[in-house]
Amino acid sequence: MAEVKLHGTLLSPFVYRVIWALKLKGVPYEFVSEDLSNKSALLLKYNPVHKKIPVLVHGGKPVCESMVILQYIEETWPQNPSLMPNNPYDRAHARFWIKFAEDKGVAVWKMFRSTGQELQNTMKEALEMLQTVEEHGLGEKKFFNGDNIGLVDLAFGSIVYWLQVIEDAVGVKLFESHKFPRLHAWLENFKQVPIIEENLPNQDEMLVVFKRRREQLVASA
Amino acid sequence: MSKGEVVLLDCWASPFCLRAKIALAEKGVEYEARAENLFGGKKVPVLLHDGKPLCESTIIVNYIDETWPSPPLLPSCAFERAKARFWSDFIDKKYATYGKARARSPAKNEFIEILKQLEGALGEKDFFGGDSFGFVDVIAIPLTCWFYAVEEFGGFKVENECPKFSAWMNKCMQRETVARILPDPEKVYEFVIMLRNMFGIE
Repeated sequence: MAEVKLHGTLLSPFVYRVIWALKLKGVPYEFVSEDLSNKSALLLKYNPVHKKIPVLVHGGKPVCESMVILQYIEETWPQNPSLMPNNPYDRAHARFWIKFAEDKGVAVWKMFRSTGQELQNTMKEALEMLQTVEEHGLGEKKFFNGDNIGLVDLAFGSIVYWLQVIEDAVGVKLFESHKFPRLHAWLENFKQVPIIEENLPNQDEMLVVFKRRREQLVASA
Repeated sequence: MSKGEVVLLDCWASPFCLRAKIALAEKGVEYEARAENLFGGKKVPVLLHDGKPLCESTIIVNYIDETWPSPPLLPSCAFERAKARFWSDFIDKKYATYGKARARSPAKNEFIEILKQLEGALGEKDFFGGDSFGFVDVIAIPLTCWFYAVEEFGGFKVENECPKFSAWMNKCMQRETVARILPDPEKVYEFVIMLRNMFGIE
């Protein structure tokens, strides 16, 4: 099999989505650590348009954008296990939620960088996102993909797990269990999937790093 | 070719509806178009297949491609499909940045920069996917009927600034489906003027 490399940084939620997908599929890969304050020539060559991580390089060919990468992984290694539904209509629904996660999940990352009125605005957007997913996304299913996790679960998994740390770092509380019982139950199930459990960064260690970053961001604001 | 009843909730000026219509036309799928009022609050396009609804134009085009596979819009190779998804995502992200300004035109330099990046994606190919009209072409071509308005307000011509992109537009317009479905750019221009008056934009 052609060589697989994943270019990324530690503690990036977008990188973790790809790690989870590769591990779930049992695809061996090499992790290449990138320094975003000093982007490598290789990263700029592989992602000239956005200059961002993650980038998956398969047999020397680069794929960019985490959810594009996830769909590429699903199509290239379709079995064991399948991470998307097997009929076009349900797949279209999965893609809808993937797009929703991409478009609205941005509020969580923006929250981390904002203060004052902007923080209030991004918190409101993040809450609306959570409410929509709570009411319409899961239904009575265990996972977004049904009985087993899929790409939509990976998309939201990184958003919600990172939100818990970002909330603490910023000093706010959004994701409360009495407000979002379905999502809380789903997150517990998600974290107990063996591959996910083995590949979750420790939230206490994350908090130390994120608090420091947050202090720097606020100081320079 | 028929696989159940297909209805499209549609609005003539919406480039997103045009994407769905072009995809259906390319596949030879018969459907009923139900015109919706642009300011009626309903989001278009919505595709109803045997009563089951789908929204979001890119997702609808993807669904149409999977349900009626011939002729294919997405390439068969996973890597090429990833490239198609990447560029489709790029186009939508750029539209989200500028299109939400309620008919206010993007700055000329930013607009040209985006077209130049798309020219990079085209390379020496006839279409984004290669020799055949495909997914990214369907996603991109409807947005070009708003270009006349952008050119008029910006005082420039895409043909002069980005000849490669302009050549791609012409190739698309030679397709019967695209030529038949895309509205007259002058009609769109008048519509844009109306929108600007409504929102008080100079």
